[in-house]
Amino acid sequence: MSEGYSDAPTVGLPGRVSIQGPGTPHDGDSHAHHPKLQHHFDDMEQQAEASTLGMWVFLVTEIMFFGGLFLAYAVYRSQYPTGFQEASAHLNVTLGAFNTAVLIFSSLTMAFAVRAAQTGEKPRSQIIWIVLTMILGATFLVVKYFEYKDKFTHHTVPGPSFVWDGQYPAAAEIFYSLYFCMTGLHALHMIIGLGIMTWLAIMAKKGTFNSTYYTPVEVSGLYWHFVDIVWIFLFPLLYLIGRHYHAG
Amino acid sequence: MSAGHVAPKSLYYLIFGALMIGTALTVGAAFVDMGALNNVVMLAIACTKALLVILFFMHVRWSSRLTWVIAASGFVWLLIMFGFTLADYMSRGWIQGTLR
Repeated sequence: MSEGYSDAPTVGLPGRVSIQGPGTPHDGDSHAHHPKLQHHFDDMEQQAEASTLGMWVFLVTEIMFFGGLFLAYAVYRSQYPTGFQEASAHLNVTLGAFNTAVLIFSSLTMAFAVRAAQTGEKPRSQIIWIVLTMILGATFLVVKYFEYKDKFTHHTVPGPSFVWDGQYPAAAEIFYSLYFCMTGLHALHMIIGLGIMTWLAIMAKKGTFNSTYYTPVEVSGLYWHFVDIVWIFLFPLLYLIGRHYHAG
Repeated sequence: MSAGHVAPKSLYYLIFGALMIGTALTVGAAFVDMGALNNVVMLAIACTKALLVILFFMHVRWSSRLTWVIAASGFVWLLIMFGFTLADYMSRGWIQGTLR
């Protein structure tokens, strides 16, 4: 199937052009290879390395995505330090800490899901870890729902109906704008994560993953852990800065 | 190469324990008034926790040098963004007649 190099215009389907020069040791499909190996990679190891690296590049863009919000937080907090403390004191630290623990726990189960695929454990045990991770992720979102609901009932949602009886209503409104943007974007990532986990569980059920091929689990794990890291920073910056604030 | 290395389960439990202790510490420290030091302690604990997750749960500890560079570059860009923006905001009003 190797066309080699030619000055003549390429005919046939686009994308079928081979860039292999003469003398390249690969000769197409004539030898057996792993069914999951895409033909543009040399071997499974190179393929896995490329996928992992690609995921890291994506995560770098995600760092900058969330980074913009963290920067906005830093700028406004430096302008209204006391107002932010007052606003933060109204968040429920117990729920926040509970959710932090839930997410760390889910990172552990995710690490075990990757490990189960890596060591070629039975699909059943891979699925158990994936589903456990999903349950913990869903728990986080349910707690988040009740927290949001509480904000709506107490009118601390920025907008025309925002009510604040503290000393710094303007700063509090900025704080809660950031709170909803940052936790909202984080929650969106969690929801997407749950979708990815569902897909992983289906693939695992089909017996796709074993010690020679588990890149999707590995790469999804990277995503899940990244979302956990974002929360590791969000929790103290949003929930804990007002703990020793005394009005007056 | 990350693909090859299988970390023992005990290591994952250890990291999990450290992350939980870090969470407890950061909550405890928040209730103690240390002035500006509160932020330093809070961020130091958060950065340590993030580092543990990156190195062990995300397998960077056993990854290729190229992965190290890419992962680190994320934080370098972040630092540039924070550095330049905050340098602007923090220095406003230093010169008479400029915007605050």
